Amino acid sequence: MLSRLVLRAAPAALRALPPPVAVGVLHTTRPLHTTQQSLAPVPPLPEKGGEVRHGLIPEEFFQFLYPKTGVTGPYMLGTGLLLYLLSKEIYVINHETAAAACILTVIVYGIKKFGADVAAFADKLNEEKVATALAIKNEAIQMLQTAIEEEKKEQWRVEGRSYLFDAKRNNIAMLLEANYRERLLMVYNEVKKRLDYQVAMQTLKRQKEQDHMIQWVEKNVVQSITPQQQKESIAKCILDLKALSKSAHAAV
Amino acid sequence: LPAAVLLKDTKLMDVKLGQLGSWLAMRDFTPGGIMGAVRRGYDRYYNKYINVRKGGLGGLSMVLAGYVVLSYMWSYSHVKHDRRRKYH
Repeated sequence: MLSRLVLRAAPAALRALPPPVAVGVLHTTRPLHTTQQSLAPVPPLPEKGGEVRHGLIPEEFFQFLYPKTGVTGPYMLGTGLLLYLLSKEIYVINHETAAAACILTVIVYGIKKFGADVAAFADKLNEEKVATALAIKNEAIQMLQTAIEEEKKEQWRVEGRSYLFDAKRNNIAMLLEANYRERLLMVYNEVKKRLDYQVAMQTLKRQKEQDHMIQWVEKNVVQSITPQQQKESIAKCILDLKALSKSAHAAV
Repeated sequence: LPAAVLLKDTKLMDVKLGQLGSWLAMRDFTPGGIMGAVRRGYDRYYNKYINVRKGGLGGLSMVLAGYVVLSYMWSYSHVKHDRRRKYH
């Protein structure tokens, strides 16, 4: 049984060894993402585009002329330019002018009436696109978070290794013990069977010797009874019997 | 004293009138350079007026107005014959 104790002490000594090196350490010495120029995160789109006045002339033009001519400068410039073009007939008034006037009227009327609705519709489409992209991003973040949680849980579970190994060690020790005892019992049974056989053999031998001796003695005795002795013994028996019967009659 | 900026690197709006000739002469007129200039101009216009969250009408209408003016200039030799007066 002492060997069992030694075997149980060995795993405890094994547990005293240092734990394995952490696997999560990144084996690099080169620093990553140290330069300023990284393309992510992309700067967000500006909210509104450049200002345009009357849908045709950018605001910068008006600001450019403001210091010298004030607010009405660009309009005066526009009027003068228009009159010059008309008077010199650089812009010729013909059938195309009438067509252009009608088309422009319709276009301006359409824009004034439906502009806001179309803008709202386009904004809604944009919103949906952005919302789907954002949902995907959030979902990805969520999944990564759950993955982190799971990983932490697994790391916590790993700490319970020692209990698992203790239980397994106990199981194995119990198995070994049971096996040992089985074999001990088997040895005992076998030895007992052999010893019983020896004992039975000796008993049998003695019995046979006794029986044989008794038989032999009886045989010799019977042989030694001569006929003369037989007659005498029979007569003696008859006399005894008579005496017995007399005493029996008297008793009754 | 601020460091003098090379004439090559000044923008068009900062060039003085007297330097305009030499500035123009210095520009890159190779096909690659011209394509680069076109690309830069397109990118500036696109990022200013079209690639925004709430784009307005001006971005597109300015392009169409420019096209109208350009096509009028190309067809002026044909329109000239509809003039009402011969001498202006």
